[in-house]
Amino acid sequence: MAKDKELNILKHGLVPEHRLLPTEEEKEVLDGLGVDRENLPKILISDPAIQQLVKVHGDINVGRIVEIKRKSRTAGVAKAYRLVVKRE
Amino acid sequence: MKRIRNTSKRIGSIQFAYMSPEEKRDLSATKIITPDTYDDDGFPVEMGLMDTHLGVIEPGLRCKACGGRVDECSGHFGHIELAMPVIHIGYVKEIKKLLRSTCSECGRLLLEEEQIKEYLERMSEMRRMGAGPIDIRYFAKDISKEARKNERCPHCRSEQRKIVLDKPSTFREEKTKLTPKEVRARLERIPDDDLWALGINPEVTRPEYMVLKVLLVPPVTVRPSITLESGDRSEDDLTHKLVDILRINQRLRENRDVGSPQLIVEDLWDLLQYHVTTYFDNQTSGIPPARHRSGRTLKTLIQRLKGKEGRFRQNLSGKRVNFSSRTVISPDPWLSINEVGVPIKAARELTVPLKVTPANIERSKELVENGPSPTKDGKYMAGATYMIRPDGRRIKVTETNSETVAEKIEPGFTIERGLQNGDIVLFNRQPSLHRMSMMAHEVKIVPGKTFRLNLAVCPPYNADFDGDEMNLHVLQSEEARAEAKVLMIVQEHILSPRFGGPIIGAIQDHISGLFFLTYNNPSFTRKEVVSIFSNLKTGRFPQAVEEDGERIWRGKDVFSYFLPEGFNIEFRASICEKCDECEKKGCEHDAYVVIEDGKLLAGTIDENAVSAFSGEIVDKIARDYGTDEARRFIDQVTKIALGVITLRGFTTTIEDEEIPEKAAEQIESVLRKAEKKVGHLVEAYKRGELEELPGRGQRETLEVKVMKELGKARDHAGQIASRHLGMSNNAVVMAKTGARASMLNLTQMAGAVGQQAIRGERPSRGYEERTLSHFKRKELGAKSKGFVRSSYKEGLDPLEYFFHSMGGREGLVDTAVRTSRSGYMQRRLINALEDLMVSNDGTVRNTADTIIQFMYGEDGIDPMRSKRGDALDMDDLIRDFKKRGDE
Ligand SMILES: [Mg+2]
Ligand SMILES: [Zn+2]
Ligand SMILES: [Zn+2]
Ligand SMILES: [Zn+2]
Repeated sequence: MAKDKELNILKHGLVPEHRLLPTEEEKEVLDGLGVDRENLPKILISDPAIQQLVKVHGDINVGRIVEIKRKSRTAGVAKAYRLVVKRE
Repeated sequence: MKRIRNTSKRIGSIQFAYMSPEEKRDLSATKIITPDTYDDDGFPVEMGLMDTHLGVIEPGLRCKACGGRVDECSGHFGHIELAMPVIHIGYVKEIKKLLRSTCSECGRLLLEEEQIKEYLERMSEMRRMGAGPIDIRYFAKDISKEARKNERCPHCRSEQRKIVLDKPSTFREEKTKLTPKEVRARLERIPDDDLWALGINPEVTRPEYMVLKVLLVPPVTVRPSITLESGDRSEDDLTHKLVDILRINQRLRENRDVGSPQLIVEDLWDLLQYHVTTYFDNQTSGIPPARHRSGRTLKTLIQRLKGKEGRFRQNLSGKRVNFSSRTVISPDPWLSINEVGVPIKAARELTVPLKVTPANIERSKELVENGPSPTKDGKYMAGATYMIRPDGRRIKVTETNSETVAEKIEPGFTIERGLQNGDIVLFNRQPSLHRMSMMAHEVKIVPGKTFRLNLAVCPPYNADFDGDEMNLHVLQSEEARAEAKVLMIVQEHILSPRFGGPIIGAIQDHISGLFFLTYNNPSFTRKEVVSIFSNLKTGRFPQAVEEDGERIWRGKDVFSYFLPEGFNIEFRASICEKCDECEKKGCEHDAYVVIEDGKLLAGTIDENAVSAFSGEIVDKIARDYGTDEARRFIDQVTKIALGVITLRGFTTTIEDEEIPEKAAEQIESVLRKAEKKVGHLVEAYKRGELEELPGRGQRETLEVKVMKELGKARDHAGQIASRHLGMSNNAVVMAKTGARASMLNLTQMAGAVGQQAIRGERPSRGYEERTLSHFKRKELGAKSKGFVRSSYKEGLDPLEYFFHSMGGREGLVDTAVRTSRSGYMQRRLINALEDLMVSNDGTVRNTADTIIQFMYGEDGIDPMRSKRGDALDMDDLIRDFKKRGDE
């Protein structure tokens, strides 16, 4: 695929919006949910969506949080948070 | 060994390892050498499979190993010394992996020294980072995969030949067979240091233990023999299998020792391998299962654990329980939906423990004095079956000792009393597919031998009375009873979390009855109203009206009597004809229901008003007035409905599908015309002149057009028939009100049955290019492809009957396949979701407190309290606001 660089999967209609949560906002989100970072669902750093974010933000460290906004049949928009992890 | 009770400890870790021959010998209470079990006098043979060192199963005997009696000794293992080693069938894959990734000569891992070192370092790094055994396993697998690629040993330079596994347990190295002995020798050669990289901890185990030299014999308590009534002994399947192993083992040893030809020894060796393999798993693919003399396949170790009837699913995940009973169910319209009728026989057998306190000591004494099965004027009376002293001693209460036992009762004692009216029990019908399959009921003691339940609770249990049985469980603690009463009582399940509407409500005759009560607002005389209301325990009467100097009661007023005050609702009844312009309150069919301030002003009460699944009134009462009010409404309205339908009388006959001769002729001509049209279509197709539908060829277009034409004809025939079937017809009343059946059923009976379909298409297979030998090849007409032009009432001709049976069979097969598939899907879902919980903040979490869903269902709405899935009932709110604006 020569046009690899131009393919932005986050722009695809079926891929929900991913946003790298600024570190300043992390505390607020975690406190709001009443959880430790470790209790969030995980997302692999190798996930194509994270790799796309890397192209925007530069390297993303394991331990960062991503906010995902999904269209929901019941709630309209549903927010979810995922902790970036590495395999192993 | 003395058992320590009431001590709880936490398991720190569990380690799995292959067991060494030495460990097995140490564990063993005795060596087993003879295949004999009992001698001629019936005593266990020493060093036989039933040796009393292995534990005891007969009362009175003592275990030779520990001296314990039947209930004290849980048994001990024995062992068999195998004459030649055999491969453990459970480990063949692991053995294959090891043989392939290590050198056949020197036993080293087929990787360079540095590589091994690097991998080991990475492995310990992973451990430091908290990697679990599963992660290590995967890593070890990758290492062995890497090692397998080397065709020459990096350590001794010897050439590696390809090793294949000849299922189930024979290893071959380029055509030459590796005996278990050789396999074992190779595994022995693998050095400890290399084992780490292969995922084996050499400090606890060695890979050669996967090839068995010693076989453990399970305690007799695991494989008890049963004595039949005839006095013959019947041995457990495992014992049978062990006998086989011992016999062959003995022969193999003898032949080996006398130096028999290699061929004979090898055959016996293979046979021993077969017996040991089937002893572990009698469903190993590639070998015939071992069978009992009767031809039944033996249930060996794996079979004991695996599957639905295995130890896990049958005995560990679920168990048989006490304080329960099961019997046939039958209907009882006089019960409340909250009640269950329990037959006297069951009520005496099932008990509730009653703790004696100063407050209830008199009642307790009375219960015990009553004895185990007292009656009062020939009727049931609760008694007590046992008295339990604080020290745990149980004293059985009998007719003769009841008075003396009663005198001894003191506070602190417990008595077990029989059921009495008002006790809370759980009632259940399988398959338990949703929470409403198990609800709490109040006991009502009834005569007879069946459980009784109100007809309105049939839908949640999906019960009918064609022989259905249900289970009843008596709650044993105050806490359980309180919880059940608050959370599980029937009235709390009127609204279903499945679809956010009522699942308990009027069915069948209830709906017909309410239709006759309210349709076109009939009048009832005083006598009639008394008869209807006699079903109810109420002294009051609905509002009467004066007509021709006489007091009469209008049906709609009678119904309104049961509506709560201030109740408002508007909706279309089930009998609505879906007119182009709805006249609402002025509907000529009396099909638009208007209730204002608890008065039914217009419309007919039918399925859409009060039924389970779609009853709007039941729904709104449960939502706005609470479950007490909803229960009261359902109890009373269903009783009234039965009063009305009893008064009027209700039946349906074949004559309800009778239509005038003229109508029959009309239908006949409609069908004839349709068949002619199909003929034209077929001809056009044969000429290739059909106008093709988009995306379809000639043939497909023909099928679609023919189906459409015949469908239209059936509907038209139905219309003609229903023109002559009016609301004075009971079958039509049932169909239109939603009480039972549908107009389609009626048109199939009166008009024409219509096209039969197989997988959504006209039947097409059977004979070569035709469905049946009665037709010409390639015939495409209506009749030859399963169109049934007869009605059920006329009866089907043999060909029609055959096509109809094809359709019917497909339906049966579909349901059979669907239930088994959805059952398995449900099982997997339940296993995946069983310990998820909605926490107080609305998130869904597992037991590790990890978030699974950030808001339950993403919107945080409890489907049970939703209006068909939505948080708010918008139409109702708007109506409410408008009304307030008007005032
Ligand atoms: Mg049934
Ligand atoms: Zn013992
Ligand atoms: Zn080597
Ligand atoms: Zn209408």
